[in-house]
Amino acid sequence: MTQSPSHTLSGPGLYRRMAGASIVAQLRYPGTFVIQAIGNFVTTLLSFFGIWSLFHRFGSIAGWDIGTVAVLYGLVNVAFAVAETLGRGFEVFGGEYVRTGSFDRLLLRPRSTLLLLLGHELRLRPIGRFLQGLFVLVAGLWLAPHVQWSAVLVLPWAIAGGAAMFLGVLIGQAALCFITVEGLEVVNVLTYGGVEAGQYPLTMFGRWLRRFITFVLPLAAVCYYPTLFSLAHPDPLGMPTWIGALSPAAGFAFLGVMILAWNRAVAGYVSSGS
Amino acid sequence: MQTPPSPSDAITVSNLRKTYRIREGGSWRGKTRDIVALDGISFSVPKGQIAGFIGPNGAGKSTAIKILSGILRPTSGEVQVNGLVPWTNRIAHVARIGVVFGQRTQLWWDLSVAEGLALLRDIYGVEPERFTRNRARLADALDLGAIMDQSVRQLSLGQRMRAEIAASLIHDPDILILDEPTIGLDAPSKLAVRAFVHELCRDRGTTVLLTTHDMHDIEALAERVIVIGHGRILADSPFEDLRTTTLSERILELDFHDTPPELTLPAGAHETAREPHSLTITFDPSQIPAPALVAHVGHLPGLDDLRISRPSIDEIITRFYADHAA
Repeated sequence: MTQSPSHTLSGPGLYRRMAGASIVAQLRYPGTFVIQAIGNFVTTLLSFFGIWSLFHRFGSIAGWDIGTVAVLYGLVNVAFAVAETLGRGFEVFGGEYVRTGSFDRLLLRPRSTLLLLLGHELRLRPIGRFLQGLFVLVAGLWLAPHVQWSAVLVLPWAIAGGAAMFLGVLIGQAALCFITVEGLEVVNVLTYGGVEAGQYPLTMFGRWLRRFITFVLPLAAVCYYPTLFSLAHPDPLGMPTWIGALSPAAGFAFLGVMILAWNRAVAGYVSSGS
Repeated sequence: MQTPPSPSDAITVSNLRKTYRIREGGSWRGKTRDIVALDGISFSVPKGQIAGFIGPNGAGKSTAIKILSGILRPTSGEVQVNGLVPWTNRIAHVARIGVVFGQRTQLWWDLSVAEGLALLRDIYGVEPERFTRNRARLADALDLGAIMDQSVRQLSLGQRMRAEIAASLIHDPDILILDEPTIGLDAPSKLAVRAFVHELCRDRGTTVLLTTHDMHDIEALAERVIVIGHGRILADSPFEDLRTTTLSERILELDFHDTPPELTLPAGAHETAREPHSLTITFDPSQIPAPALVAHVGHLPGLDDLRISRPSIDEIITRFYADHAA
């Protein structure tokens, strides 16, 4: 029997339906949700207090003021919170789909696996990290000396690029689950480690780590350079400031590469059966 | 293609092979070894038939089911399901089949049955009127009324299986693949599932491929059994034929109020068990017809009661596997 195309929801339409259903499921136990969201807010805020007390004590460190660092911190946390909200299906892919065999179940649905996994859950819990990051970001803009009007455009663009990059990491992690579901905590180096590293200016890291978060994981492109651009802060490493207006695109490029890797991994799974 | 598939066939499989390559010792660089899961199987299932697909664990059943479902690509061979090659266009293919894996849910644990069905409507793109009609029909036939608004997490296994079957049929598939649909169910639930599948096939002409370890499912439903072992098809026939060729013998049980007497039996019959108050005789009805044997033993002193039975389907299948070293 053929379905009339008019009733087949488009990808975004179906995503909205699945996301809506997952919100219904999460709010079935509202008490749990509220406690988790508050916990998420408090734990992430505590980590900022560490940075804040450092700057409070020394004023500025290696030419970086507290305002600039707060913008960096807020940017990376908001971006990661968005990725965590969207990419939950990829985050739990190894445990909930590969190990249990329910990935087969997913393949039986006439939709792209990427869309079905995005629709696994629109996770509300990272709202804590999101709000907290936004709060610090706004406070940073308040404190930073030379905020540009263009920051209004560049920072959301940087958040989008950063969210795309972290989502790419989660998709890449899920793709690796086809090879092994053991020991994937290593990937947390890129997610949680990425959030940690993104909170600090690039100059604070050694050469190899700088290269890694510039050319492998484009963390500098989605956090550091857009922040410099927004605050008219010259790059001590010599890159022109305008680069920060374009560089968040690297986050989307990274996501694109991870989607290709995912599609290859699924094709490999279908032909090997393991 | 050697034999063009007949238009009346829902499923045609020809010379299907699947080899898995596994790594020895689980290391990344270890040697690899090939395991043959399917060693060239061929069969076809006409539209509207219920075919049982059975075999011991590890025989290749799940591999074949996965290939037919479009979630595994074979090493070689040809398959057409509804005229489509399952693995070349997964999305078009899976939109036209329904699959129930007895051990895995396709609904959402945290959603109610009704919410899950509505989500499946949107995933499959079922028109609203058709959805409403199908939902009402399935709710009625599978007795889902009382559980529609319960979350799947709260359902008993039997309730959940009925909901799973409804979920697999909400888009009117032409072909239904049932993998262990009665596993873990209590007797009334098993009967309900069997009755439903029977009606589905009779009233809507749905083609059903059924794998199970419960031979009563096969006896109740399947017009035909395909037995698979070591990746090959060992038998493909109506179940009665399998009975005749494998274990045609019958069993005569005699109860006595005293110790059973010693007796001489005609050719084709022999004593298989002796208890303080009963005797079991196994006989081949082609050599000694049941009435003749009953006449032979009917005059024995102290005989209280007698019963004639056929070997159970489990015994037949066990014998069949043993005969084929499967």
